[in-house]
Amino acid sequence: MSRIVLKNGRVMDPASGHDGVADVLIADGKIAAIGANLEAPEAFDATGLIVAPGFIDMHVHLREPGFEHSETIETGGRAAAAGGFTSVCCMPNTNPVNDSAVVTTYIIERARRVSPVNVYPIGAITKGSAGEELAAIGAMKQAGIVAISDDGRPVMNARVMRRAMETAKSFGLPVINHCEDLNLSAGGDMHEGFESVKLGLRGIPACSEDVMVARDILLAEVTGARYHVAHISARHSVEMVRFAKARGLPVTSEVCPHHFTLCDSDIVPYDSNFKMKPPLRSCFDVQAVTEGLATGAIDVIATDHAPHPGSEKMQEFERCPFGINGLETAIGLSLEQLVHTGRISLMTMIAMFTIKPNAVLNLGKGRLAAGETADVTLFDTDRAWNYDLNKSQSKSRNSPFHGRPFRGGQVATIVNGEFVWRLDR
Amino acid sequence: MTRGLLGIENLDRAEIEAYLERAKFFQAHGEGQFKKLDTLRGKTLVNLFFENSTRTRTSFEIAAKRLGADTISISSSGSSTSKGESLVDTLNTLAAMRPHAIVMRHAASGAPHFLARHLEMPIINAGDGLHEHPTQALLDALTILDYKPKLEGLRVAIIGDIVHSRVARSNVYLLSKFGAGVVLCGPAPLLPPALGQLTNNVTLTHDIREAIAGADVIMMLRVQLERQHETPFPPGDYFRFYGLRPDHLNLCKPDAIVMHPGPINRGREISSEVADSKHSVILNQVENGVAIRMAVLERVMG
Repeated sequence: MSRIVLKNGRVMDPASGHDGVADVLIADGKIAAIGANLEAPEAFDATGLIVAPGFIDMHVHLREPGFEHSETIETGGRAAAAGGFTSVCCMPNTNPVNDSAVVTTYIIERARRVSPVNVYPIGAITKGSAGEELAAIGAMKQAGIVAISDDGRPVMNARVMRRAMETAKSFGLPVINHCEDLNLSAGGDMHEGFESVKLGLRGIPACSEDVMVARDILLAEVTGARYHVAHISARHSVEMVRFAKARGLPVTSEVCPHHFTLCDSDIVPYDSNFKMKPPLRSCFDVQAVTEGLATGAIDVIATDHAPHPGSEKMQEFERCPFGINGLETAIGLSLEQLVHTGRISLMTMIAMFTIKPNAVLNLGKGRLAAGETADVTLFDTDRAWNYDLNKSQSKSRNSPFHGRPFRGGQVATIVNGEFVWRLDR
Repeated sequence: MTRGLLGIENLDRAEIEAYLERAKFFQAHGEGQFKKLDTLRGKTLVNLFFENSTRTRTSFEIAAKRLGADTISISSSGSSTSKGESLVDTLNTLAAMRPHAIVMRHAASGAPHFLARHLEMPIINAGDGLHEHPTQALLDALTILDYKPKLEGLRVAIIGDIVHSRVARSNVYLLSKFGAGVVLCGPAPLLPPALGQLTNNVTLTHDIREAIAGADVIMMLRVQLERQHETPFPPGDYFRFYGLRPDHLNLCKPDAIVMHPGPINRGREISSEVADSKHSVILNQVENGVAIRMAVLERVMG
């Protein structure tokens, strides 16, 4: 295998706290050395770039099997690489649902052949994600899932959720929940508030998230399970996660870039590129999740990359499916909203894409040190660029950030010592 | 955006006044035997109704015919949308036949706004979901002005299922632009507090007597059962607390008018005695609907 050296970049590794200009020598898919004046047959000039451990996106939808018209493991993997990610965790709401070892194995085998990045499947909590009977959690664990979740179809029955947590704990798996009380949110298309009333769209109230976060935290305490709140968006939910952490519970949470970037009043009226779950919340919620990132209530940045083809998004707002693409704009939005504004340090941002998700999922990833697998994300913090959705690697084109100018973004992605994506410079 | 009419929110006073002035001309012209005009001769109007409607569709048709236009009316059950065609494709197909405007009613809020971003064709919104119903607000203003010298300073009570009402929203925008005070009244689940922020001229109450006290205009709304995913208020209690009865009329101004966009449900939101009383101008609203729609069609298609 090849030897390559990344020359003269600013190497930042949250696990060790290392932050300094150095060369990174990669050999045989591993980090061989980090230091001065390292040489190899092939050199990549990383001057002015951040050299970070490979970024992990613990919440994506790759749509395969079953919805290959929206995305595939291959195209989603390419979009991840183009977004600076070296590992993604794919949610189980495929067709069939990933509720068995067979589907898990299919995804892993398929990814091994076609995906440029590491793919870690998340298994369903219940059979068919129907919320009634537990899925084959143990068998899926043996096949390679890293967590369980009924993302998009939250477990409404508290008893089932309790049993799922008990089971997950016994297999050493975290439980990830998409927190939404479906009775409270029924029929809703956007955040309930002044904007929804004005536009005449039915609301998804913040309390539909809050009540389920509250329930799950109480169940996590009862069961001792590791519990992770997916795409947190509401301010009281952030407060409750803070409360759970203060009690010493193994509770973590993630936020999506669009939820710390946009609020409901930023929605272009009836443009379905602004429709997702949870919905874009009020400016107070945006402020709360941003503070939650800065103060530690929120651990991880994840994209909830949810591709849908244009034919499904080009409809009346209330008929469109929920979800937007996120892989290729995550670093740019995080820099824009969190680092350039001084809300968090660059090192903290990198941690939220690396060791923090790894701590939730135990992937054995997220470090940049000699001996580690050579998964590396290279990005810069100042280059001006615009996001052009038409050049996206994803199969779908649903994003509210088309044409948005960014300052700083991904430059190259290395998985197992090989470049899987490079910016045309 | 096209030069259609999508809503009241983004119109200014001058535009609204222009519609009302022109409608007054058509009102006068319509007295006695109506003489057909040829303002829109040779022009084609498509009425595209994705939701049931008798009065609005008929009103637009009559307005168009009185101006000499050719009209085609399509209801969703008779169109290819029932065969799985998307709304954009349906509209593109119609637009390819080069009508001069499309009047559209749709159950989805924002459906005409969404289409207007993708089509050149002028679109006239004949009601979109829970959002706006601009020609209704215009005809309501025309009707009020038949009985009151001006809108400024009037107290207008709008009572009923406010959150599901496009009529309420369009009226709030129009009346506020002219300095009328609007009181919105309904059961709590149908009157979210955010409605009070629609304009600076809006107040909210759950007490019908408070809403009516001193009112110059009372607008009753239908309970839109078809738009609700639940039963937000005990149906048996509705008339008891939010139905307009004769004794209520002692609370408003003596010359107050009672309006209703129709169709009325006697005994549910309004008693028969009130609907048929001298205060009621419900049929005048229907009549004025034609004049307003003539003014709108003339401006958009002329």
